[in-house]
Amino acid sequence: MAFKHVLKLLAAAVVMVACAGGASADDKVVKIGAVFPMTGGAASAGIHAKFALEVALDIVNNAHPELGDFPLAKNAGLAGLGGAKVEVSFADNQGSPATGQNQALRLITEEKVVALTGAYQSGITLTTSAIAEKYGIPYLNGESVAANLTERGFKWFFRVTPIASDFAKIYSEFLADMKATGAKTDSIALVHDNTEYGTSVAGTITQAFKDKGLNVALDVSYAVNATDVQSQVLQLKEKKPDVVIMISYTSDAILYAKTMEALDYKPPMLLADDAGYSDPSFIKAVGKSSQGVFNRSSWSVGAPGSTTAIIADLYKKKSGDEMDDTAARQMQGFFVLCEAIDRAGSTDPAKIQAALQKTDLKPNQLMMGYKGVKFDDKGQNVLASGVIIQLQDGENYVAVWPKANAEKAPVMPYKGWY
Amino acid sequence: MSFVLVQVIAGGLLLGAVYALFSSGLTLVWGMMNIVNFAHGDFVMLGMYVAFMVFTLFGAGPLVGAPLATIILATLGVVVYFGLIRSIMKGPMLAQILGTFGLALLLRYSVFWWFGANFLSLPQNIVGGTYAVLGLRIEASRLLAGVVALLVTLGLHLLLTRTSLGSKMLAVAEDATAAQLMGIRPDTMQAIAWAIAAGATGLAGALIATFFYIVPTVGETLGIVAFVTVSLGGFGSVPGALVAGLLIGVIESLSAYLIGAVYKDIVVYALFLSFLWFRPQGLMGKS
Repeated sequence: MAFKHVLKLLAAAVVMVACAGGASADDKVVKIGAVFPMTGGAASAGIHAKFALEVALDIVNNAHPELGDFPLAKNAGLAGLGGAKVEVSFADNQGSPATGQNQALRLITEEKVVALTGAYQSGITLTTSAIAEKYGIPYLNGESVAANLTERGFKWFFRVTPIASDFAKIYSEFLADMKATGAKTDSIALVHDNTEYGTSVAGTITQAFKDKGLNVALDVSYAVNATDVQSQVLQLKEKKPDVVIMISYTSDAILYAKTMEALDYKPPMLLADDAGYSDPSFIKAVGKSSQGVFNRSSWSVGAPGSTTAIIADLYKKKSGDEMDDTAARQMQGFFVLCEAIDRAGSTDPAKIQAALQKTDLKPNQLMMGYKGVKFDDKGQNVLASGVIIQLQDGENYVAVWPKANAEKAPVMPYKGWY
Repeated sequence: MSFVLVQVIAGGLLLGAVYALFSSGLTLVWGMMNIVNFAHGDFVMLGMYVAFMVFTLFGAGPLVGAPLATIILATLGVVVYFGLIRSIMKGPMLAQILGTFGLALLLRYSVFWWFGANFLSLPQNIVGGTYAVLGLRIEASRLLAGVVALLVTLGLHLLLTRTSLGSKMLAVAEDATAAQLMGIRPDTMQAIAWAIAAGATGLAGALIATFFYIVPTVGETLGIVAFVTVSLGGFGSVPGALVAGLLIGVIESLSAYLIGAVYKDIVVYALFLSFLWFRPQGLMGKS
């Protein structure tokens, strides 16, 4: 009898120790959910996002003294939480807003993540962040640009990237400068897909251009993941706009580049709104057919040995590809989230939300060329900014505008293929 | 204006020929075995990757890639028939749907795992650039695909109507038990049908790769068109798929040009549904 008693006590003690051990281990891990397109037409972007977050995790969780004063780099883990490690649960949105929503729900209710990030496509960020809002979980978005995302009165949604209206302004100023140097900008065509991203960015640009007296003469809207774009290219060829602005994901961007070459169509100026045109696989596939395309970016590798160059190097080692603007914006967003959690010193969602609201990062604490990170009460970073880049040699983008940030002068007209 | 319209129609015809080309394999399997192959789009995708591998490893174009893709996919067709189709044919319709759908995912994610999610592409001029005929711009790669589409359709049609192998295959399609009593092995005939269908699909993929991007999910994008083409042409009718493909290609191009690209699918599917309302068996299908 007595022996059995002792055994029971021992067993209870073992269970208690195990539980306690488990609890303390849990305390040392901060779990963040990330929803990205790991499969489907935009999988290439999602997989690069995963690489970017994994590099960020390496920087946060391990000591990287070579990165100097870069937030969270110096010591291992989050100092504000006693060196807790950050862990990311990745989920696949399959390119579908409904799937994204289900995955966000699963991450919050089953994986018990303390914050969410993602989801690349604006249309999916729309649905996933609605779930986070409902459950009171902070949602940090680094890359979706549809303007309406921060116009919903959400309290848990924070966005670091510059958005469509910022870029519409940059484009109009850039076009005005190009006009001053002799380029024609009298008629402008917008080519965009019918997703949340495509329609909202096109709408914002149209409105902003109208206010500046720029003429959007042609609006070519097409269904995403097109099997054929010959008719659209012929339409452009016939109308001869001075400037063509492309708002497309990778698959369509490649198809347009190929079709333009096949039908021998070169607009005098081709300006792309990031997305597909920043995808490294776009440059590998059709970069040589798209020489001289302008694009927007907030990322620049910088001088050898600089913080950005070291990060770019880590990313290249992990992914095998050059860092692109989209992956870099996602990574920056993730750093902003981790910095807020570190400052909150807690995994309580409300405390993280409060810390995010008080975020005030200076340019030297960022890897992106933003003027800082500071959120307004809609959750939008008011210090986000960007530059115009150009794919002059068909292999690497260089900053060309504004002059203060330019590595090279813009080259006109659009060269396309040889 | 009218000249651009001619270019639009020419583009639509070439596009349609390609639709026909990658639909012929699907219609053959459908006609032979009443099986809807949901992995069809992914067979096209495999054909594209074969062409890509041939180019990266040997620097060779579709002259090598296309025959190789045909042989590899034909072999895969036989393996799939004996490994999967033969057993699921005995099951309910649902097993067939899930079986081929599972195969589609297996193929797609194997390629994902091996090649990654990056978009790949063959050089633009791999077939020989673009011809300007009377001011019309005709891409050599699309023209080649179009010509091969016509040849494949003609070849399959002749095979089914003029050869004893074709008669045997049709006999098995009509009544497998009766055919067996006549000394025809249904298994052999159906395996041959799968080899031909998958081979034609691989050929289509290798040719499409010369002007389209290559990515593991490309089968999703192209697969739907194949299903519409086959149902419009008539289940199991090879010439029907050709006519339907050309029709869809031209309607798509014209509506994209005249009404707007975002509406072209609405036009195509509205016409498709209203046509099926009057003629559910499709253009050339048997009622």
